Amino acid sequence: MAHDQMNGSQILIKALENQGVDVIFGYPGGAVLPLYDALFQQNKIRHILVRHEAGAVHAAEGYARSNGRVGVVLVTSGPGATNAVTGLTDALMDSIPVVCFAGQVPTHLIGNDAFQEADTTGITRPCTKHNYLVKDVGELARTIHEAFHVARSGRPGPVVIDLPKDVALATGPYVPASKVKHKSYNPRVKGDLALIKEAVELMATAKRPIFYCGGGVINSGPAASQLLTELVRLTGYPCTLTAMGLGAFPASDGQFLGMLGMHGTYEANLAMHGCDVMINIGARFDDRITGRLADFSPGSKKIHVDIDPSSINKNVAIDIGIVGDVAHVLEDMIKVWKSTQAKPDGKALKGWWKEIDGWRGRDCLLYAHSDKVIKPQYAIQRLHEATKGRDDVYITTEVGQHQMWAAQYYGFEKPNRWMTSGGLGTMGYGLPAAMGVQVAHPDALVIDIAGEASLLMNIQEMSTIAQYRLPVKVFILNNEYMGMVRQWQELMHGSRYSESRMEAMPDFVKLAEAFGAVGLRATKPSEVDGVIADMIAADGAVIADIRVDQAENCFPMIPSGAAHNEMLLGPEDHTEQPSSEEGMVLV
Amino acid sequence: MTFQPETERQHTISVLVDNEAGVLARVIGLFSGRGYNIESLTVAEVDPRESLSRITIVTSGTPMIIEQIKAQLERLVPVHNVNDLTLSGPHVERELALVKVRGTGDGRVESLRIADIFRARVLDSSTESFVFEIVGDTGKLDAFINLMEPLGLVDVARTGVAAIARGPGEI
Repeated sequence: MAHDQMNGSQILIKALENQGVDVIFGYPGGAVLPLYDALFQQNKIRHILVRHEAGAVHAAEGYARSNGRVGVVLVTSGPGATNAVTGLTDALMDSIPVVCFAGQVPTHLIGNDAFQEADTTGITRPCTKHNYLVKDVGELARTIHEAFHVARSGRPGPVVIDLPKDVALATGPYVPASKVKHKSYNPRVKGDLALIKEAVELMATAKRPIFYCGGGVINSGPAASQLLTELVRLTGYPCTLTAMGLGAFPASDGQFLGMLGMHGTYEANLAMHGCDVMINIGARFDDRITGRLADFSPGSKKIHVDIDPSSINKNVAIDIGIVGDVAHVLEDMIKVWKSTQAKPDGKALKGWWKEIDGWRGRDCLLYAHSDKVIKPQYAIQRLHEATKGRDDVYITTEVGQHQMWAAQYYGFEKPNRWMTSGGLGTMGYGLPAAMGVQVAHPDALVIDIAGEASLLMNIQEMSTIAQYRLPVKVFILNNEYMGMVRQWQELMHGSRYSESRMEAMPDFVKLAEAFGAVGLRATKPSEVDGVIADMIAADGAVIADIRVDQAENCFPMIPSGAAHNEMLLGPEDHTEQPSSEEGMVLV
Repeated sequence: MTFQPETERQHTISVLVDNEAGVLARVIGLFSGRGYNIESLTVAEVDPRESLSRITIVTSGTPMIIEQIKAQLERLVPVHNVNDLTLSGPHVERELALVKVRGTGDGRVESLRIADIFRARVLDSSTESFVFEIVGDTGKLDAFINLMEPLGLVDVARTGVAAIARGPGEI
């Protein structure tokens, strides 16, 4: 059929429309000129011109995480593709659906060390969920549709399509998404009902249960968070969330114990250590969660629900492993719980809550307030206070102390409101991610809680923010140090602050102004509220430079190589427990 | 499921994949990236109509590691199925080796006699060398090659293990 014939670039645009794509983040170059020409000649898909390809992928991640759709990236060959590698790895580690199109030199030049040639499929193979090199225009439409299917289904992740320039110019047929069959990749979404029944039975007999939930709940869609909330309330059991899972269960709920793990709360970690039944929903027993594996929750039976079979029994031996999509499994669990009229052991549960309340009484997030110097925790608390109750607040972060303080002190009530680089820990993530969130939610209040060191890693994106008039707010906890590096040097390397001090920082107020944004600064605790109010009230982008206590450390902390019951609660703790040799090796 | 992490065991895993560019690199990259062993690996197209290849991997690890390897393989998009032949019942394994031995006199005669015992065939012969073809399981090939060592072993080329389940069922 003649009307279905078009060139590769037009096929790409048509396939993107077919997939419901409304925005792509990209940067042009020689190998993608035909694609940019096709973009120019249409009006349905918006292109956001970033200032660096890493920014493009992080922006697509922010977009995807805040609205649950696939983020789309377009970069050129060679350096365009290699610059995207960090973002792709980040999306792989945090299971974020992204499709990245990379230009490639024409097929007859592949392998010739041509100008701006890189082995993009070779380089990105270990950092994507899957990748393709399209050598035949006849395969292009099918490949694009399959790429979106792979990116969004099962455990989501990044997919790269490497597209040689001659393929983008060649003429071929368009195949709509509805005509594409996926032969080998069809992940399981429904959990095994027999195992779900077994799991519910175990849950009902628990004396010291805990729900431990993670990013899988967020990835499964907003319904999963509602179902989780329903199940947790139905059972009356305590619930803790990973850094990736914040928002999956309301932070203000009495059954919420806070985040767990290395900088998790005392009550969450001790409850994990002392529980008899652990119900893991969509979390992966990351080393930041488990601490020393040999002593991780030694007395518990473990239930693990995950869409990725390779997550089950990877780090921790599981008693009941259920492969399936979290929302589907939770729905079945609730049904079974109700139909079997499960009655938990009320007396045991009361005792368990009493024990938990005892741990809560330690008030592990308490810090020494000061009226002379701004405590970073205070700044986050005030920010939370000023934005509480609003449904349209989205927080991104960079990586380091400020990220953990944000996770600890900013209470998330709903999913998809919190975007942070969890697995890879990518400094420079927050600003471009905030940009992507703002593109997805133009009227929302989007705040990048940043550290001054991380922010400088992708500061060029302020220019993109200016170009598209995105009202992103950057809230810097500026301590003039790579704070987390400095903290580890203090605790484990005899306070020798090797290269962790950030000297010669820019004047962030002037920097904001240089990019056409508003610059604000707070140096005293009494100024914090005013700066936050001005930041929120401003129509456009803002950089708020909050000068915080340089010596503050992030507590509680499980030192690396330690177990959950060996937490450091505050500055007084660490002198008694020098970190072990094994712990020193770990990151 | 309970694991005894200390017991390592050898497993033969059969993987059916799309015969497309890069699929072998994906499998090998998975093993090297995650630090798993490959003791033997063979790959060839087995279904030209559907364009499918079979990869047979011999690896070793604790039950937890083997389970991980299989789950990680199953995650790869071009992988159709993964079968642990070691766990799924009786199966047969074969490997082929080409063995070159150089020598004259008694050594030469002895190599031919041993080849006869092992049912190896002579593929090529010169006045001072033989190329033997031997088929069998890995242990038999190892034994043959060891015996050839003192008799003037020059080179060995091995195919790696191909394996298939016994009985009428599909792998």
